[in-house]
Amino acid sequence: MTTKPTFVYVTYIAATPERVWEALTKPDLSAQYWFGYRVQADGKAGERMTAVNPAGRLAHDDPILESDPPRRLVYGWKPLYKDLPDERASRVTFVLEPFKGQTRLTVTHDDFDDGSKMFALISKGWPAVLSSLKSYLETGKGLEPTWDDEQRKRAGQA
Amino acid sequence: MTDIGHFKPKTVYVTYIAATPEAVFEALTVPAFTRQYFGGFAIDVAPRSGGAFRMLAPDGAVHIEGTVVDWSPPRRFVCTWKVVGMAETRALPECLVAYDIAPAGGCVRLTMTESHQWDVPDAILSGGRAGWPAILSSLKTVLETGKALSVKMEPPTEMLAALAALTR
Repeated sequence: MTTKPTFVYVTYIAATPERVWEALTKPDLSAQYWFGYRVQADGKAGERMTAVNPAGRLAHDDPILESDPPRRLVYGWKPLYKDLPDERASRVTFVLEPFKGQTRLTVTHDDFDDGSKMFALISKGWPAVLSSLKSYLETGKGLEPTWDDEQRKRAGQA
Repeated sequence: MTDIGHFKPKTVYVTYIAATPEAVFEALTVPAFTRQYFGGFAIDVAPRSGGAFRMLAPDGAVHIEGTVVDWSPPRRFVCTWKVVGMAETRALPECLVAYDIAPAGGCVRLTMTESHQWDVPDAILSGGRAGWPAILSSLKTVLETGKALSVKMEPPTEMLAALAALTR
């Protein structure tokens, strides 16, 4: 039996799905918790998700595959950094479920090929980004970058 | 010291918290904290390797019991773990829960690793996989805001069904 690599991360956030959705899709908000990355994903299916790194360089230009605000967002994932493994696009799915004024956010990152090198990188990256998202929405302040040297170098590429 | 070489990691949860390693260690090991984010359960632990570890339900009943395998504040806390408060889980081999705390940028990375010494089916692991994100999300919120989340867990139906099948 072969099982394709699938990353799943669940976090509970003291904020409504509407606020979580906004933070996931608006660049002015993402810049405050996604360690300076400006992520725009508020379009419809068929439109683009873009991310611009802190140095102003385009880091993502991926298709939005599904968008059902504020419940479900799916986009492709192929970062535009040349030093990363040259793999085909994978897929990120955000599911937002309301619970007593809070949100259960489930992020599933899948559609990797067996042996994907990107998988190890995203498995390390999402817990940091989603922890910072939670801090930002609950306290008004994202976390300090938790980057390693390679992530720091990429974020600084103009 | 308990030999833990035969335990294999099955569930890992990582969260980053704006707090010191000391504060995270305290939140994991002091009953006034655990009551806030761990479904009302109070930890009762002898602070040394080999010491007794228990989680007490709000009515005082022992829900989880085990032995401290590593007590290394503020970096690492490991204990064996058996859920004795549920008839369905009492007969299972005990598992191992490790908390690792490491500085990361301006915050702290907390890694929870649940390891098992038998070929435990995913259906049984589903109970912990549903529970840990809620517990550790709430722990983070308690440390950063002083207030817990109101997370009400649904019964782990998939795990209970798998346990029932196991004992049939």
